[in-house]
Amino acid sequence: MSTGQNDNEIISQVLSGNQQAYAALVNRYQSYVFTLTLRITKNREDAEEVAQDVFIKAYRALADFKGNSKFSTWLYTIANNTCITFLRKKKLEIHSLDNEGVFEVADSQDSGLRANLVEQKSKVTMVNSAISLLNPDDAQIITLFYKGEQSLEEIATILGLETNTAKVRLHRARTRLKEKMEKHFSAEVRDIYN
Amino acid sequence: MEAHLDNMEERLWSYIDGTAPRAEVSAIEQLLIDNAEWKAKYGELLEVNELLRSSELEEPSLRFTKNVMEEITRLHIAPATSTYINKRIIWGIGLFFITLVIGFLVYGFGQVNWSEKGGTSIPFDLGKVDYTRFFNNSYVNVFMMINVILGLFLLDRYLANKRRKFREES
Repeated sequence: MSTGQNDNEIISQVLSGNQQAYAALVNRYQSYVFTLTLRITKNREDAEEVAQDVFIKAYRALADFKGNSKFSTWLYTIANNTCITFLRKKKLEIHSLDNEGVFEVADSQDSGLRANLVEQKSKVTMVNSAISLLNPDDAQIITLFYKGEQSLEEIATILGLETNTAKVRLHRARTRLKEKMEKHFSAEVRDIYN
Repeated sequence: MEAHLDNMEERLWSYIDGTAPRAEVSAIEQLLIDNAEWKAKYGELLEVNELLRSSELEEPSLRFTKNVMEEITRLHIAPATSTYINKRIIWGIGLFFITLVIGFLVYGFGQVNWSEKGGTSIPFDLGKVDYTRFFNNSYVNVFMMINVILGLFLLDRYLANKRRKFREES
């Protein structure tokens, strides 16, 4: 097993014909890609399908990876494009959850998770739950910055933005997340602040 | 008030993320010492930052890697795009269209009677332009002919490449 190798070494092996070496890359990045696709598609089944598609596309296009950026940045760019295509295909409306009507739907869908949250009083669950209530763009940029180990410059590359625009978007996403937490998890947030 | 708060948060986030310039860092550090409002907000944002860092990754199903590997056994890695996209062809096509646009512009402006005085309005009635004149013109015919020849040339190249690859594979 080649899990101790760095990404570029594994890619070289795959490109020279060792197809099985690709499993190490899938194992390494599956949680990152799945989290990203889940936070955009808001559905586990769809997220898994899209995440698999991302790894298949990445495999097919592996010869185009020149190593000028991190493999993860290149992979997340594919993930971003695949999610956009998927959402277009499914004709899902990307509603802003600031719209209270839409929020009610998301809230009811998320009631199981929230009930679990009250029981566990877990900060981690609360944050994940609050992120799932954000619109896909906000959830995506927060995930890339905090969990995808991407810098603002890399996020800008993935999303096809200027670095400053990515910075402003991240700032706004965090502000909206904070508002969601204060509005829907006020008791837990008070516990954390005090 | 809201703008002030937004600006304060934006500056504090830059400070927390480590993206603020050095001069800004010193200014914010001074504000954190002197200003209670800034200090309180900083504590609040720091908590949010810690919470976000503690958020967990979601896990796909246990069969995930196996599913991907099963799919890719049927696939081949596509050749790098740089090996089959010839930049000279792209530049050639670009140049051709630029020439085409310039040709039409030069011809179009050549038809305008600039000596006629008509104030700031267009010196001809667009509704009364006889478009058949433009498309029966020999210059236009030459451009069309070049277009067709270029199209046939590219089609021939494409088919020749396809034939060569087919022979190589077989």
